[in-house]
Amino acid sequence: MFEIFGIPSQALFGQLLLGLINGSFYALLSLGLAVIFGMLNIINFAHGAQYMMGAFVAYFLLNYAGLNYWVALIVAPLAIGAFGVLIERTLLKWIYRLDHLYGLLLTFGLALIIEGVFRNYFGSSGLPYRVPELLQGGQNLGFMFLPNYRAWVVVFSLVVCLTTWFVIERTKLGSYLRAATENPALVRAFGINVPRMITLTYGFGVALAALAGVMAAPIYNVSPQMGAHLIIVVFAVVVIGGMGSIMGAIVTGFGLGLIEGLTKVFFPEASNTVIFIIMAIVLLIRPAGLFGRSA
Amino acid sequence: MKVLGNLAVLSAILVSSSAFAQYTDGVIKIGVMNDMSGTYSDLSGQGSVLAARMAVEDFGAAAKGMKVEIVGADHQNKPDVGSNVVRTWIDRDQVDLIVDVPTSSVALAVNEIVRDKNKVFLVSGAAASDLTGAKCSPNTVHWTYDTWALANGTGTALVKSGSNTWFFLTADYAFGHALERDTAAVVEKNGGKVLGKVRHPFPGTDFSSFLLQAQGSKAKIIGLANAGSDTINSIKQASEFGIVQGGQNLAALLAFITDVHALGLQTAQGLIMTESWYWDLNDANREFAKKFAPQNRGVHPTMVHAGVYSAVTHYLKAVEELKSDADGKAVVAKMKATPTDDKLFGKGEIRADGRKIHPMYLFEVKKPSESKAPWDYYKLRATIPAEQAFRPLKDGGCPLVSG
Repeated sequence: MFEIFGIPSQALFGQLLLGLINGSFYALLSLGLAVIFGMLNIINFAHGAQYMMGAFVAYFLLNYAGLNYWVALIVAPLAIGAFGVLIERTLLKWIYRLDHLYGLLLTFGLALIIEGVFRNYFGSSGLPYRVPELLQGGQNLGFMFLPNYRAWVVVFSLVVCLTTWFVIERTKLGSYLRAATENPALVRAFGINVPRMITLTYGFGVALAALAGVMAAPIYNVSPQMGAHLIIVVFAVVVIGGMGSIMGAIVTGFGLGLIEGLTKVFFPEASNTVIFIIMAIVLLIRPAGLFGRSA
Repeated sequence: MKVLGNLAVLSAILVSSSAFAQYTDGVIKIGVMNDMSGTYSDLSGQGSVLAARMAVEDFGAAAKGMKVEIVGADHQNKPDVGSNVVRTWIDRDQVDLIVDVPTSSVALAVNEIVRDKNKVFLVSGAAASDLTGAKCSPNTVHWTYDTWALANGTGTALVKSGSNTWFFLTADYAFGHALERDTAAVVEKNGGKVLGKVRHPFPGTDFSSFLLQAQGSKAKIIGLANAGSDTINSIKQASEFGIVQGGQNLAALLAFITDVHALGLQTAQGLIMTESWYWDLNDANREFAKKFAPQNRGVHPTMVHAGVYSAVTHYLKAVEELKSDADGKAVVAKMKATPTDDKLFGKGEIRADGRKIHPMYLFEVKKPSESKAPWDYYKLRATIPAEQAFRPLKDGGCPLVSG
């Protein structure tokens, strides 16, 4: 067994794999943010709250309706996506013409209200949610014990991320979407209902957050502040990747998960800050982000 | 104009020296400060405000002609936020007593402010034993528990039963450092060995990476020197990564009943922990919990809540006897001179260094099959008598003691 900087390579592989798992959450969440920003030009600060709501829906379904994880994986994104549509129709649509700052403030306020309401009813310690039976246990990989559930998280989120990228960048529907953000008037002239498309896009972005929430429920406890913990990091990921860049969000999400994982081995105390240090450096060198197009 | 002004001053002096205005501002004002929105808000939070209110009601303050007001604030676990709140409370709002304050880094900051302003600080939520050690203050009483007592309870029990190699997973701030230091000392004193440690940012979410490092150490015990949702997530993820099946055990050095509730008995069963109070220990505690829980979303009182109740009760006794709350040092001196006696903690005393003395209890979390009702979670394993539960007076290095 060889060593890298005094760390046994076994341990290092384990840490890299864990980094990848955390990265898949970053990727899934920053993907939703990037879709919303890219298409609507709204900085969706309520994303963390919507992620948390997804986890809570999974909890409610299991405990009040007896519906398991797999049902939640479909129902929670639909329910929270519908909630997103409602927000877009009643609140967001009035502020598209205004500065970014208004959208940011509105969604930030929404996040505070939603988290406050959940905390009021459910407290802060969180609620237990078990790993689904099918995915309990794990594999001994030789260098580490990999829980089956974590393996599922990596694979599933990669599939979701790449499908989303494919739909937006490579299909006709995606091209309509991109065209609608570039020049809504022209696209409308072709007979396409642009406002409805925008609404559904927001709903889709929110649904992605809820999906990540359901996936997180068995790993972290379902608690009202689970989104608040994550959202700042995820914003850093989006900024590093380039605001609105779909592929940027995916690659940076996984990449930063890896870097954070390594930091946890070599200098654990800094593992919370390392992402922001990278963000500062990237902003200095490439203000539009690694994959962003400069305006 | 000048005459009028002098008259006003004179009348103010007259009023303040009259029999009914011994209290600053005419009111005894209690400020309950803790984490009301984050990781520690279930174990302290609004529940502590409720406990303080119940203490004032049970004391019969109104009937005794004492006007008591309670205010609450959220320090967000940040020392700067907490310091600002306390300064505003004391300077502008005439708050006389600061109570609770979990998160040791905040409590240590508040400790200094309260000493400067000569008010009273009764600590229930915070754990760092430095509050009655090097940082002890004539204005502070550390009430419910501390890191030394936790280490002494859980650490000694585990090492003596053969778990003699340890690895620490430590929250990277004053509390975690203190708990790790005190536990390591206990482990080594009893012939055990500390194989390593890793310090995680506070608050954290994913502990798998740290747990994997702990697993690699091959230590028999992974000591969790953290609290609240950090402990919950550490335990939950340790079970996910098969750490206990792999032959290692977890020691939750500080866990509260709210943490056990959040984990569920399925995951938490078998955990051993040290606490100073449990709602189902005797009739008086059960009666308190029965009154408390419905007003707190059904959440049963933690030892922190009980400590706030007990501390406020003893404070009111001292203030009643002194007929004044103006001089913080004098109030605390009176509290130390009077033996403590209340329905939740029974009889006890406060030492010269500000340490409140009472028994501590070693609990084991029940199996799901053993629990008969919600919140029926603990089995009593051992009682640590009051005289052995806390750090001996001479070992703390408190300047108030040496003189």
